[in-house]
Amino acid sequence: MADKRVTLDELVGELHSGMTIGIGGWGSRRKPMAAVRAILRSALTDLTVVSYGGPDVGLLCAAGKVAKVVYGFVTLDSIPTDPHFRVARQSGAVEAMELDEGMFYLGLLAASQRLPFLPTRAGLGSDVMAVNPSLRTVVSPYDDAEELVAVPALRLDAALVHVNRADAGGSGQVLGPDPFFDDLFLGAADRRFVTTERIVATERFSSEGPLQTMCISRLLTDGVVETEGGAHFTACVPDYGRDEAFQKEYVAAAGDPDAWAAFADRFLAVDETGYQHAVGQAGVERKARTAAGAAAPGRRGAR
Amino acid sequence: MSPPSFGSGGAGESGVTRAEYCAIACAEVFRGDGEVMASAFGTAPALGARLARMTFAPDLVLTDGEAALVAGAPALGADTSTLVLESHMPYRRVFDVVWSGRRNLIMMASQIDRTGNQNISAIGEWSRPRVQLIGVRGAPGNTVNHPTSYWVPSHSTRSFVEQVDVVSGVGYARAEAAGPAAARYHEIRRVVSNLGVFDFDTPDHVMRLRSVHPGVTVDEVVQATGFELVVGSDVPDTRQPTPGELELIRTVLDPRGLREREVRP
Repeated sequence: MADKRVTLDELVGELHSGMTIGIGGWGSRRKPMAAVRAILRSALTDLTVVSYGGPDVGLLCAAGKVAKVVYGFVTLDSIPTDPHFRVARQSGAVEAMELDEGMFYLGLLAASQRLPFLPTRAGLGSDVMAVNPSLRTVVSPYDDAEELVAVPALRLDAALVHVNRADAGGSGQVLGPDPFFDDLFLGAADRRFVTTERIVATERFSSEGPLQTMCISRLLTDGVVETEGGAHFTACVPDYGRDEAFQKEYVAAAGDPDAWAAFADRFLAVDETGYQHAVGQAGVERKARTAAGAAAPGRRGAR
Repeated sequence: MSPPSFGSGGAGESGVTRAEYCAIACAEVFRGDGEVMASAFGTAPALGARLARMTFAPDLVLTDGEAALVAGAPALGADTSTLVLESHMPYRRVFDVVWSGRRNLIMMASQIDRTGNQNISAIGEWSRPRVQLIGVRGAPGNTVNHPTSYWVPSHSTRSFVEQVDVVSGVGYARAEAAGPAAARYHEIRRVVSNLGVFDFDTPDHVMRLRSVHPGVTVDEVVQATGFELVVGSDVPDTRQPTPGELELIRTVLDPRGLREREVRP
């Protein structure tokens, strides 16, 4: 079994400006954020980002890395929209391909099965057809003769996903409740990278979770990176939940140029070790502030 | 046309809140459903689906909002570790359910129009929007595959518009124009707002005022709507909750009163 372990820098070294890059996860959940942060630090530009979008999309847009976004939504889950993506769209800074989220799934499935398209009802009658003039319909060759949307394959030059555990050979294990579409992102791509909380010996998988959690086979992987906290600030359950406090600070900072410069300087201008350290420090400061303000009136509950 | 029920629990007297009428109206969306997956976005829809499940639609299947189907009807905001899980329902399987039609959905609408088109994508021109919203999400596919209803917690001429800016959820005229494959399973069942309940039970499937929540006048609804609503000569009130339903809402399904934060009384 080949040893596919690489570093974040080696991973980014395999990407090129102008590439179409698929990013796994969903919204603000199990995003390969360490890999995204490594892209932010690189000279890469002019990327087409294909994503069930969360802060991955927002951060890449904010850094000017993105030419085009292919998405069905961009959301932070507990906060409905990403501020940087909103600005990028409203200023016309990025091109957009907006699809129904089921069409998006079929596009990845078609690519991973080497098909030109897959048919569906999803999209019919909606403005998805109008704003994407390249989309075509197809007429069923059977007696029903229904006219359906032919979702084109979403082929990717590279895919990045983040999982809870992986082995050195590139098999991945998702211990959380939803594997999302990570295997399809990998299947749709030419260069396929899995980042993980922890690289473990293969024989360790079965004590971490049942067989169905071992949902990324090494057939789908070219490189694997161990990067603990690599999905932060998105959720990576059961290892950790979403860092809601940090996500709020990300959103607040995005609303003001000076605050964003300070945020970027503190959290994004540093390498991944520096990022994790800065996040830890920020957490300590937040706790101190909370303790100091404990007597202050409570705010609206989170849920 | 519910007659005033003085002495037997009328609106003012019973203290039923607007949010509770909204929950009742949302519950009614699921009446008659058998074993389908009830998906509900927003507090009133989530409460309505639970109420329906606990009363007149006992076969409904509720979700945990993450990746599972749950047994029973957990309270709003319940600790997820206390839920009894019934089945695994990751997003990929959700599409199997959506496309099979075994689902009844209430989703939100930033804009809704006369023929039932919904917008959650963007305000203004899609190519360079004035306000970027969340994106079309699953709305295009949902609306042509299974019954879909909408919840609008603040009814105004900004949310009820002549024509939505970006058609995300597909309305009747659009579905018909797109052909039999789009119209075959299409149904916009209801629109529930903080003012009333609406449907498309008109000859040309344009929006009709079905009921007003007690305390709201027909004129208020008309004034807050940016297009010509079909209004019958005698618009009934949204029905009263039964004492049992009210008890369930207040003590079992939403003991923390989250419903009152979403809808102004």
